[in-house]
Amino acid sequence: MNSHSFYETLRHLADSWGLLTMMLVFLVLAAWPFRPGARQRNEDAATMIFKDENDG
Amino acid sequence: METVLTRAGIWLVVFTLAIAAIALAADGAYAIHMGIVAAAALIALAATVTRADYSAAANSILRAPADPSRYDDDPVRWGVIATVFWGMAGFAAGLFIAAQLAWPVLNMEPYLNFGRLRPLHTSAVIFAFGGNALIATSFYIVQRTCRARLALPGLARFVFWGYQMFIVLAATGYLLGATQGKEYAEPEWYIDWWLTIVWVAYLAVFVGTILKRKEPHIYVANWFFLAFILTVAMLHVVNNLDMPVSLFGSRSYPVFAGVQGALVQWWYGHNAVGFFLTAGFLAMMYYFVPKQAERPIYSYRLSIIHFWSLIFLYIWAGPHHLHYTALPDWAQTLGMVFSVMLWMPSWGGMINGLMTLNGAWDKVRTDPIIRMMVMSLAFYGMSTFEGPMMSIKSVNSLSHYTDWTIGHVHSGALGWNGMITFSAIYFLVPRLWNRERLYSLRMVNWHFWLATAGIVFYAASMWVAGITQGLMWREYGADGYLVNSFAETVAALHPMYILRAFGGLLYLAGGVLLVVNVWATILGKLRQEKPMNDAAYDAEADRPYVPAPALSAAN
Repeated sequence: MNSHSFYETLRHLADSWGLLTMMLVFLVLAAWPFRPGARQRNEDAATMIFKDENDG
Repeated sequence: METVLTRAGIWLVVFTLAIAAIALAADGAYAIHMGIVAAAALIALAATVTRADYSAAANSILRAPADPSRYDDDPVRWGVIATVFWGMAGFAAGLFIAAQLAWPVLNMEPYLNFGRLRPLHTSAVIFAFGGNALIATSFYIVQRTCRARLALPGLARFVFWGYQMFIVLAATGYLLGATQGKEYAEPEWYIDWWLTIVWVAYLAVFVGTILKRKEPHIYVANWFFLAFILTVAMLHVVNNLDMPVSLFGSRSYPVFAGVQGALVQWWYGHNAVGFFLTAGFLAMMYYFVPKQAERPIYSYRLSIIHFWSLIFLYIWAGPHHLHYTALPDWAQTLGMVFSVMLWMPSWGGMINGLMTLNGAWDKVRTDPIIRMMVMSLAFYGMSTFEGPMMSIKSVNSLSHYTDWTIGHVHSGALGWNGMITFSAIYFLVPRLWNRERLYSLRMVNWHFWLATAGIVFYAASMWVAGITQGLMWREYGADGYLVNSFAETVAALHPMYILRAFGGLLYLAGGVLLVVNVWATILGKLRQEKPMNDAAYDAEADRPYVPAPALSAAN
């Protein structure tokens, strides 16, 4: 395999399966906080920075 | 005793090696740098063998509170002071080079000419001011949000001092003319290696603290900090793959050449903006804005989406720095498309920060620190709209290589990075030194207005200058020749350069107020001043109604 075709191979991987995989990983990560039952966890996470108010 | 001996031995070895390197040095810059290393090793050696409790001495100079908080805040206190110090140095250097552009007589050859001072300015504000702010706030935030003391406290101190060493070597190198010539990656090879060591130590301290956390969830600010530390490590190592000419000289040559080298440089350069100046400072925003507003972040879910979209999109945007170059067309288009898509997460983050004030908008009127945060978010929104617009090829054909780019960078750096850092400093100083409040809130207010007016002068003059420049460069006459010579375009910009320097002067004046305010707060002074806001009270009107006696006599 010469260097040109190696480039072509990577290039085709990048705009087919590579792109699809990245897209799916991104969607899962972005949707993760919206999974059922996560509301309370999000609220806890958002308010935990105020726990140290009196003992920091 | 054994540790003292071991440490003293290590410093002695470093000192001897540095002296040997001076003797073998191939060029003056390298010799001077090794002299700085030798001096630093000597100071460390003296501090070790005298066994003086130098952290206690430093604390008494810095007037650290006698009752230290439970968290390990010494490196944070040093970092805040270093941030203010390097900030002033960087702003002053910026004002000076702005004046050099307006009045070229100020170019002092060779050490203080524009070409050497310009990287000194950019590195001082980005890496010295911004970097110290990021290290200090990350050490502060990671402890609070993990509710755990810093892991590896000795290494945390090494990170602080090692980073200052990097700054001193980089800055002196520029003045001596030792540079790789890559924008934002100018330091030569041995400084790059040193920074790599410091950065790995930084990662170890940060991750170590997260690992020993007492909170189940890792707060989103730490996600942004971790992304910043990891990505900057990767960018720094790849873009600085250089082969030194000699182990005893400052010259080196990059591994990548030609258009590959350019692409690697701008992949680095743009992600330095994306992960150093954006992700790291967003981490500050996600902690300090809710804390100062005393309200949780508007939407925690939005902050997670903001995080992942920023991470997934930013890394591809670099090629927009290479429009209409030898870079393949598809790569230019890819960079443009990802830059335009970046607009959305950026504005999502801005909305998340601003909407945190939902229901507490009066604080913008009453609290100058909140006002600074809001202005910083507004500039984040403005420059993340301007950036994607400028990355569009047809816009870029007008804007590229002009002063518009300089204006864009400064609305982001002065507005977003500067303002969020100032507000974080104002938040931190009374807490770190255990003071009742800041020395003066009214001075914060003045700082806010001076900085804002300075940015307006800066950005507006550079818009006019950039568009003037772009239009003059591309103007063809009926004969098919360019209408303007380059010198004519420079002459046309002269008034704009003076206005830009004036804006920088205002911004620096605001910085002087920051220094005075931080200094006085550390000394424990409280300025007696009229409160910023008070409900109206009229003593004359505060009386019951009494019928006039003259009227009752007439009846």
